[in-house]
Amino acid sequence: MRSASAKSARLTRAAGLALALFPALIFASLTGCTKNSDPANTVRFALTTEPPNLNSMQATDQSSFFVLGHVMEGLTRNGPDGAPVPGVAEKWEMNDAGATFYLRKNAKWSDGKPVTANDFIFAWRNVLDPKTASEYAFILYPVKNAEAINKGKLPVSDLGVAAVDDYTLKVTFEKPCGYFMALTSFATYFPVREDFFRQKGDKYAAEAADMLYNGAFKLTSWVHGASLTFDKNADYWNSSAVKLDRISIPYITPDNTARFNFFKEKKTDILDLAKDDLPRAQSENFRLMNHADGSVWFMEFNFREGKPTRNKNLRKAIQLIFDTEEYVNKVVGIPGTKPGKTLIPSWVRGVQDNFRREFPYAPPARNLVEAKKLVELAKKELGGSIPPLVWLTGDTPASAREAEYFQSQFKEHLGLELRIDKQIFKQRLALMSSGQFDIVSAGWGPDFADPMTFAELMTSWNENNRGKWTNDQYDALIRKAQSTSDQKIRMAAMADAEKIALDELAVLPTNERSVIWTHHERLQGVGRSIIGMDPDFTYASIVEGK
Amino acid sequence: MFSYIGKRLTAGLVTVFFIASVTFAAMHIVPGDPLMGNKAMSPEIRANLEHKYGLDRPVAEQYVRYLANMAQGDFGISFTQKNRTVNDIIVSHFPISAILGILAVAFAALGGILYGSLAALGRGKWSDRTIMFLVILGVSVPSFVFAALGQLSLTLINKKAGFEVLPVGGWGTLSHMILPALVLGLGTMAFLTRLMRSALLEIVHQDYIRTAKAKGLPPVRIFFSHQLRNAILPVITYLGPAIATITTGGFVVESVFAIPGLGRYFVQAIQQLDYTVIMGLTVFYGAFLVFMVITVDIVYGLVDPRISVTKGKS
Repeated sequence: MRSASAKSARLTRAAGLALALFPALIFASLTGCTKNSDPANTVRFALTTEPPNLNSMQATDQSSFFVLGHVMEGLTRNGPDGAPVPGVAEKWEMNDAGATFYLRKNAKWSDGKPVTANDFIFAWRNVLDPKTASEYAFILYPVKNAEAINKGKLPVSDLGVAAVDDYTLKVTFEKPCGYFMALTSFATYFPVREDFFRQKGDKYAAEAADMLYNGAFKLTSWVHGASLTFDKNADYWNSSAVKLDRISIPYITPDNTARFNFFKEKKTDILDLAKDDLPRAQSENFRLMNHADGSVWFMEFNFREGKPTRNKNLRKAIQLIFDTEEYVNKVVGIPGTKPGKTLIPSWVRGVQDNFRREFPYAPPARNLVEAKKLVELAKKELGGSIPPLVWLTGDTPASAREAEYFQSQFKEHLGLELRIDKQIFKQRLALMSSGQFDIVSAGWGPDFADPMTFAELMTSWNENNRGKWTNDQYDALIRKAQSTSDQKIRMAAMADAEKIALDELAVLPTNERSVIWTHHERLQGVGRSIIGMDPDFTYASIVEGK
Repeated sequence: MFSYIGKRLTAGLVTVFFIASVTFAAMHIVPGDPLMGNKAMSPEIRANLEHKYGLDRPVAEQYVRYLANMAQGDFGISFTQKNRTVNDIIVSHFPISAILGILAVAFAALGGILYGSLAALGRGKWSDRTIMFLVILGVSVPSFVFAALGQLSLTLINKKAGFEVLPVGGWGTLSHMILPALVLGLGTMAFLTRLMRSALLEIVHQDYIRTAKAKGLPPVRIFFSHQLRNAILPVITYLGPAIATITTGGFVVESVFAIPGLGRYFVQAIQQLDYTVIMGLTVFYGAFLVFMVITVDIVYGLVDPRISVTKGKS
């Protein structure tokens, strides 16, 4: 018996050794450091999602626009102040009837062939072809017959665009379009070469080799879900101004903390921070900067039949208890977030200067006494009482914080119940479309650098007008702004229309969003843009030793 | 034997068909659809898209087409990645999840058997108590905590070491796989440790162990040829489904370590309501799970001669 227990003790010891060795064994199998073959002038950046579609004629999302903006170029590019600067087009002329673009002769595809007017015509026709089913087809609607073609009423050959010669592109407008130049840098307007596209068929843009590039960089490797590499395009007409040799996306992950760690390990050079990571970023002494991403956030009221939010006194009461400064500082809590006062945000350009300086608008200040009176009035008008209001929102922690803040504000100052309906993305959109809410917390990011991208939002014909607010005067003013290229008339009409929407409380703006970001010192000259690709590495550089 | 396998495979096919049908129904019952995006579409553009994906047809017809295509191994085109088929996605991302999963299972099985045996042998002693405490941690702490902690510790270790001991994320070499596989396998390892320990403790009191002791076999032999061999059976039973779930359920670990596995695509597809990808991957996963369960049943018979898959003896 004793000897058996001694043996078992020996066994335990042997096993104990194995126990200690087991993790060591695992670690011993490691293959050493990964080698880094990137050239010195490489910027590294982690994407949150893989670009779902790099076919410029179908792309709709930020990741794809980020990649496309670096590897392709349209007629124009977005200048630093939002005004278009020459891209493939060297110069252009525009009037009420249309525009003529003179393409530079040294703009080349990555196989060395020149970029011609026909490449634009092919891409635009293809976007509008109902078979392509492009979601962004509407952005081409200012071109003559575009909408009719997209609805299948006219053949694509009827599109109001023609190649005078290989380097002259003539565009005819459906009606005068004062913001057309702002559209020409958008990805949907990028050129695509017909012979290459036909050769690739369904697989166009599925892999790095299935695309032709005419931008400052070309995509040289794309491992789906894992990494992307763009190398400097020596054939790019302005390549002497491009200092980077490579843009590398070594990681793709939606996990904020993981991206934080990659940045901290100096595996990436630039990082957008989530709110929850701000304290950690501060303790690491990262130099924090903010970037207004151009989007506007608001409460959108439901104007469908039978909804209490149709009552103007109720909406007015809600406005009078809302203090945007308090909300931005205490609830949003991201430095750089601007108070929400208007539908057309503070960054947009007007006739000559900033739109908001040219056309100021100030909502009434918080007035709790008046708000109480108005809510009583509203109760009377609605037949004695107001049922709990449904607040439709997203499933992020920020959405929850916001909803709870308004819930307590409504209760405290108006005596109203707010029922929070948290939904995941697609379900929230479905409920917004079918009108199953009283108030929805919504936002709008601009498609192009013109107030119109915001102003047309509340028109009766806009599918994004989820609350179904309608106002004939508003519609008429927007139509007026859409049918002239006279900047003074356009801007004034949009400002007048916006005033109606805000006075009537079609929406109640809450804030203009800001993103907190940081970068390592070695990365210089990175552009943060509101329109197009963001971040913009085209003219960035790497300065070693910093 | 072959008729048994045939029967099991037929039952498996019925299961997969059932999974496919339920998934299809669920997809069409939840509010929203894959075409919805942040920006609403005009009815014309929407109609173009619906036509392209066949969503303008009656649901019954969509169902029949879906089953017919599936029978030919064609899961269709993704709604979000418009130029990639679901088959493309499976082919390029499943192997990554599989490698990670196999590594994790190997780690879990080895660790589970080893630590379970240790705990059983040192029953009541410090080694047993330490291991069982760690097991409780391993079973109850969710993997995203381990993943985040693991990554954070690694950044600290790398900083202390002054060189890259292991990469904090990404994919490519074996060194990229080690930490994610450890994290992914941890929960299963903890469970297997407990399973192994209790199986061993139960066996210690069996008659044949007493017989073995009585005839003077050395403890090492008793342990390896009697105790371990018998105790390992429940571990194998558990291992089949575990391979399937680990291989398919690595979403969190894949996100944290930026690994391009299939799990991430699956969860993203669910968030995007990408019908074809959700249905394709669910059916694929279902078929994989069924296959693993059948495989385990067959392996079981090989390990334990008392169990015969053909004659229904117990």
